Amino acid sequence: MAVAPTRPKKSPGRQKLEAAVNYPLDWLEERSGLIGGLKYFLFRKVPGDTNWFHTLGSATLTAFLVQAVTGVILAMYYKPDPNSAYQSINHITNDLTLGWLVRGMHKWGASVFIILLFFHMARVFLFGAYKYPRELNWIIGVFLLVFGMLEGFTGYLLPWDQTAYWATVVGINLNGTAPILGPFLADFLRSGAEIGPDTLARFYSLHMLIIPGAIFALIGLHLYLVVRLGVTSPPWSREAAGGLSAGADYEPERDGNGRAGLTQQRARGTR
Amino acid sequence: MMEPQHGDRPHLPGPSLYPIAFAAGVACILVGLIVSPLIIAPIGAGIAVFFGYLWARDATKEYRRTPAPIEPEGAGTDLVTAPPPPPEAAMAEPEPGERFPRSRFLEASTLGLGAVIGGLVTIPVIGFMVVPPFKGQGYPTVDLGPLENFPEGKWLITTFAEHPDQGLVSHRTVFVRNNGLLNNEPSFTIIWNRCVHLGCPVQPNGPVQPDQKKVVTVSKIQQISLTPTLPAGGFGCPCHGGQYDPEGNRTAGPPVRALNRYNYSIVNGRLVLGTPYSVSHVDGTGKDARIHAYKLAGPGMHVDGWEQIFYPVQPPH
Repeated sequence: MAVAPTRPKKSPGRQKLEAAVNYPLDWLEERSGLIGGLKYFLFRKVPGDTNWFHTLGSATLTAFLVQAVTGVILAMYYKPDPNSAYQSINHITNDLTLGWLVRGMHKWGASVFIILLFFHMARVFLFGAYKYPRELNWIIGVFLLVFGMLEGFTGYLLPWDQTAYWATVVGINLNGTAPILGPFLADFLRSGAEIGPDTLARFYSLHMLIIPGAIFALIGLHLYLVVRLGVTSPPWSREAAGGLSAGADYEPERDGNGRAGLTQQRARGTR
Repeated sequence: MMEPQHGDRPHLPGPSLYPIAFAAGVACILVGLIVSPLIIAPIGAGIAVFFGYLWARDATKEYRRTPAPIEPEGAGTDLVTAPPPPPEAAMAEPEPGERFPRSRFLEASTLGLGAVIGGLVTIPVIGFMVVPPFKGQGYPTVDLGPLENFPEGKWLITTFAEHPDQGLVSHRTVFVRNNGLLNNEPSFTIIWNRCVHLGCPVQPNGPVQPDQKKVVTVSKIQQISLTPTLPAGGFGCPCHGGQYDPEGNRTAGPPVRALNRYNYSIVNGRLVLGTPYSVSHVDGTGKDARIHAYKLAGPGMHVDGWEQIFYPVQPPH
């Protein structure tokens, strides 16, 4: 990937600058293909009539990343032990520099994340974007919703105050009333017959390691399918996915991978 | 080249009754899990597997047939159900008579060895995660102090540490009443304050006398506090409004049974708390009460009536 002179006039200084900027990028691209992959991801074709509703998914992703970053930092100061958890939360909120802000971002950001999840789900449902061939992505999204709720359930205990404690008692006992396996699920969650020292550490581990790991993996799958299957047009679009109303330049793919007519071929800027 | 207008048609599966039969099998499993896990559920599983297999056969009929004509004469033409995938056939023509080529052996052994190593690592870890909550669980006996601290006919809010070494997290509360002598032995009513709706702490519906609170030091790490109360209106739960009479019978609200009680014993003139148990309801009051006792069940679980079939097994406590 040599420096291609796209502009007619370039001063030697500018050419040197471009070469200096491009050299490390070219080095990386030649050895990994990452630059090309990133460009493919960022500059892929989308329908011309996408609108602001289509940004809800990436807004949810952003909210999750905020939770991940603030949560990782909070974990540096939080102590998941029944005798010191509440004091460590107080310490974060009242003593440490900007602790009130980061904890506030994590606490309120949790609600933002769940609300955006539901808005995103409503958008996908109302636009019919869950239909063939995107059913699998809807199912992955449902799992993401469930794991998001589990994050809320496990994170609620961590402040270890009266609200947290009794809300978790009620939540675990609600799970316990499920038929057959409910009592076992409740014992698994509270790490024994009664809430004890292990319960808090167990919820902490679930909240910051197991469930976020699952969410990261599912988000990866979710995005892979979004890129592979393309973005849906709104239902009022005159060129719904696969439609061939005025596509003189449209050549349906027939490469045998079953994707013919699934993605919008004509992207913004090419018409 | 097909007409583009029909581009999506081959993806739609033809009408079939197999999915419905499959769904019926799954429903049978779910019903069987509740009604009869040993008989009905396996029948449902059989139905689901059978019709799931037929459904999969039906749905993949076209895909399985197409490669057949492409195959050269000989192997594969009679095996309509499972023709060998084309890439492997193209990759290596095995010697005549060589049924297990080296590459396939290496492939299988790599996958198999990987699975064994993965299992050796994963199974103990999962066991470590799942098993400890179900082992060594139980309710230790707790010394609540000398009998003189429990005057006859008086309710005492009694707090103690179930596991004193664990600190405040094992703090528990019971309501204790000395019922007087029954057959020349002291009789007690010990009601656990855990609401049998969802586990919140029930409160006495009546005055509490914190100024008469008494603290008994049983050991270095165990302190019993005794606070007199007059629960004329029984007990009530602050969370969702469950109400109980002074014997623990449910009178209103969402709870499904009476409050749990504790076994007790008298050892050297001291009241010793035993294990808790569940109660469906109590007839009579005080020492003459007839308690319908059951094995300890979690909050919200029915111990009698037809709903008890939802909770056939309790974890070992």
